[in-house]
Amino acid sequence: MNTKARNFTLNLLAIACLVGFLHWAHTSFDGYKIQVLNLIAVNAILALSLNLIYGFTGMFSLGHAGFMALGAYTCAILILPSAQKQIMWIIDPLIWPLSVINAPFFIAVLAGGLVAAFFAILIAIPVLRLGGDYLGIATLGFSEIIRVVLTNLNFITNGALGIKGIPSYANLWWNYAWLLLTTIFIVRLINSNFGNVLKAIRDDEIAAKNMGINTFYYRVLSFTIGAFFAGVGGALLGSLITTIDPMMFRFVLTFNILMITVTGGLGSITGSIIGSVVITTLLEWLRIVESPMTIGSFVIPGVPGMRMVIFSLALILIILFRREGIMGMRELSWDMLFSRGKRSRIQDNKEGETR
Amino acid sequence: MTAAPILKLDNLTMRFGGLAAVSDLSIEVARDSIVGLIGPNGAGKTTVFNMITGFYRPTQGSVLFDGHEITGMHPHMICRAGISRTFQNIRLFYNESVLENVMVGCHVRRKSKWWSAPLGLPSFREEEKDIRSKSMDLLDSVGLADSAHEKSGSLPYGAQRRLEIARALATEPKFLLLDEPAAGMNPQESQELMAFIRDVQKRFGLTILLIEHDMKVVMGVCEYIWVLDYGVKIAEGGPEAIQSNQKVIVAYLGEEYVKYAES
Repeated sequence: MNTKARNFTLNLLAIACLVGFLHWAHTSFDGYKIQVLNLIAVNAILALSLNLIYGFTGMFSLGHAGFMALGAYTCAILILPSAQKQIMWIIDPLIWPLSVINAPFFIAVLAGGLVAAFFAILIAIPVLRLGGDYLGIATLGFSEIIRVVLTNLNFITNGALGIKGIPSYANLWWNYAWLLLTTIFIVRLINSNFGNVLKAIRDDEIAAKNMGINTFYYRVLSFTIGAFFAGVGGALLGSLITTIDPMMFRFVLTFNILMITVTGGLGSITGSIIGSVVITTLLEWLRIVESPMTIGSFVIPGVPGMRMVIFSLALILIILFRREGIMGMRELSWDMLFSRGKRSRIQDNKEGETR
Repeated sequence: MTAAPILKLDNLTMRFGGLAAVSDLSIEVARDSIVGLIGPNGAGKTTVFNMITGFYRPTQGSVLFDGHEITGMHPHMICRAGISRTFQNIRLFYNESVLENVMVGCHVRRKSKWWSAPLGLPSFREEEKDIRSKSMDLLDSVGLADSAHEKSGSLPYGAQRRLEIARALATEPKFLLLDEPAAGMNPQESQELMAFIRDVQKRFGLTILLIEHDMKVVMGVCEYIWVLDYGVKIAEGGPEAIQSNQKVIVAYLGEEYVKYAES
């Protein structure tokens, strides 16, 4: 088909542009800007994974921080050199198999995702029988349980002291490669008939059951895949900021991801990516309001956390005035760009990597 | 009725607390027929549908489909066995396109597993293409092919009804349950609907059981009719027999009204 070949070429071109941009950024940006770019990629992975669970399958899950913690700890323990492990675990030494195991970064991130996915299945089977707000509360509880358990498992996680000096393998290339992988995986799933099935469950679960869909199976499936990529995101984040401790994985982290997903548009892949660019950049840029300011003769001392106040207000405004977020359920796709004059129709095409 | 009924309800009873919504209902539906279930509001007709399709577990009695016991099975397993239905208040997937709605119906017969989608396996692509063309064919047969890419919620009411039937047909059923297919239709539309139902029955070789309040439709298409009142079967028979049945008239119009009309 003609448009198919065209879209494929354009996708390749977009990826080439991305690679070119990253190469340029890698050599000419300062460390701070590169860090922001890295955070954009990680946040996009996390937002996509939450969008699969909440936006496409309609399960209100607040457990993302928990899955990220599982991924981050798994990956950190696997990539930390053995010698460093012996020094760092002060309260209790790290238990045997973990103290000597080492893995390449890719395998470690994958393992992080798999561990998160494994726990997702365990939690999903009792919890996904709930719906709506109850599911949110239950997954939030699960996330907190993970955090408390991590704080107390000294012989694995080094307790409240956390893990420091994690090798910072997660550079631009790794992060964006994982983002690309995540996007392709989720886009292909969503654009297939399996994606239609997930959306059917979101729209009307009774009708979906009636259509012969084992809704419970597909809910567990979507939840597990989402958790897998949350674990991957957590693993990358751990290696990116080189320090993790249980306090990092509080509810605020889930909230940030939720904010990106909702702002971008629930049920929109491109929305999640755009959302993570906008929100991550704004979150960094708004640090200005936390520094001391002088307006005329007034001196306002810097208030840490001020940007979160502004962000909460922004979220309230979004929910009041544009509930569907930036993209709503629409996608930015090549077809849409090429047929701008026509009425926006539901596209059945893989969207381009716009970032 | 004939020797091998496609559906057999045996002393089916459904109680909600102290209320018996359906009690001791026994029905045998003949293969390849169009039959009807009627009764005044609240007679328990939809409850019967919900028990057949697995949304309710009957308090007593059993449902036999094609010789197999399906009582208390999950709805998706019952659909897999070959029973499909539409709903009294249309339940489409409103955020999805018309085509996608039908494609969801095709899902139950697909063979490839979910992980073949991200991998993009050839067998998966082949099947995906088949599902798409089969769905387009179905849309064509209900006259909705032109609006395949519109959102299902934007369709007019009558078209939504037909889409719901197309979606039910996509699951390749042997037995189709229609819950008030003519609700909200004008006489012209219900006339078309009757022809449509007969056509669907013939083309797909189905058995159709329908609930309907529009007596013209019921008497026009149904070969055999059961009448429920307060969860109890009060009459059964062909359209003429039902129309002249005293119990049925009383159930619909009320005892006093009938006495008044006679005097």
